[in-house]
Amino acid sequence: MYFDSLYALLTMDGHGFYVWTAYLVTLIVVAMTLISPLRRRKRFLQHLAAELKRNQVAPGGGASGGP
Amino acid sequence: MWSIFHKFGSPPWLYSISGAILRWLLPATLIALIVGVSWGLLFTSPDFRQGNSYRIIYIHVPAAVVALAGYYVMALAGAVSLIWRMKMADVAMKAAAPIGAAFTFIALFTGAVWGKPTWGTWWVWDARITSMLILLFLYLGVVALYEAFDNKEAAGKACAVLSLVGMVNIPIIYKSVDWWYSLHQPASIKFTEKSTIDPSMFYPLLLCIGAFYALFTCCLLLNMRAELLQRESRTQWVKKLATESGRN
Repeated sequence: MYFDSLYALLTMDGHGFYVWTAYLVTLIVVAMTLISPLRRRKRFLQHLAAELKRNQVAPGGGASGGP
Repeated sequence: MWSIFHKFGSPPWLYSISGAILRWLLPATLIALIVGVSWGLLFTSPDFRQGNSYRIIYIHVPAAVVALAGYYVMALAGAVSLIWRMKMADVAMKAAAPIGAAFTFIALFTGAVWGKPTWGTWWVWDARITSMLILLFLYLGVVALYEAFDNKEAAGKACAVLSLVGMVNIPIIYKSVDWWYSLHQPASIKFTEKSTIDPSMFYPLLLCIGAFYALFTCCLLLNMRAELLQRESRTQWVKKLATESGRN
């Protein structure tokens, strides 16, 4: 490890602010790009499942072949 | 050969194979990213001229490289969908645009933050930076153009044409640091001659570039899967998938 203390790692001889800002913003953007399609897919599947369930029950109330 | 081509045109096949790929590629990508970034941040020595600010290189260069590679993917997919009317290519083109925009934004933002302590300014209107800004607008333009059309077939065609016309920008970005004298330094990694970067900095950088490529692939596949489901929402395989996921 190059830095001897946590303080040295955070400040990086005065460049800490720039380096950490760059890494933090990158982390946020990358996380957003990864998570948004996952959420979009999940929400779509839930939505479709609910819609299919409604359509199954709706026609005539049990006309789909209940006992 | 043709059977592979046909399989790529089959949404359920693409959906299941991309799921299988992501199951190992996504964890592998995250591990490579963590290792590469911590290597660059914690274990390399500072640059003799720029000090510690140079550590931004481990995200700036990979993001810029992948932002350009992403444009090839988008334009190529656009060309394929335009010429062969391949629907999956249209899906890939639409999926690539927002990811490319995200990576271009990262390259520009980290560049600005790196520029402040190194050049004394956040922004200069030099050739490299301006052409990268145009790249960002091209990506965002494709995203916006797709949304602007109600007819998605027309939207796909318009976006494919826009991304192909935008290819003009790519050689300008590559050559900008050689053609115009600017604050931005020329490339340190060269294929034809000896690189002007120390091996102790080069290896973590190479790992980060690889990890960013893998990250782009993961994002592209994730976006394509979400898009596939929505386009195929009336088909039997998507309905089956929805009822199965609803049960869990």
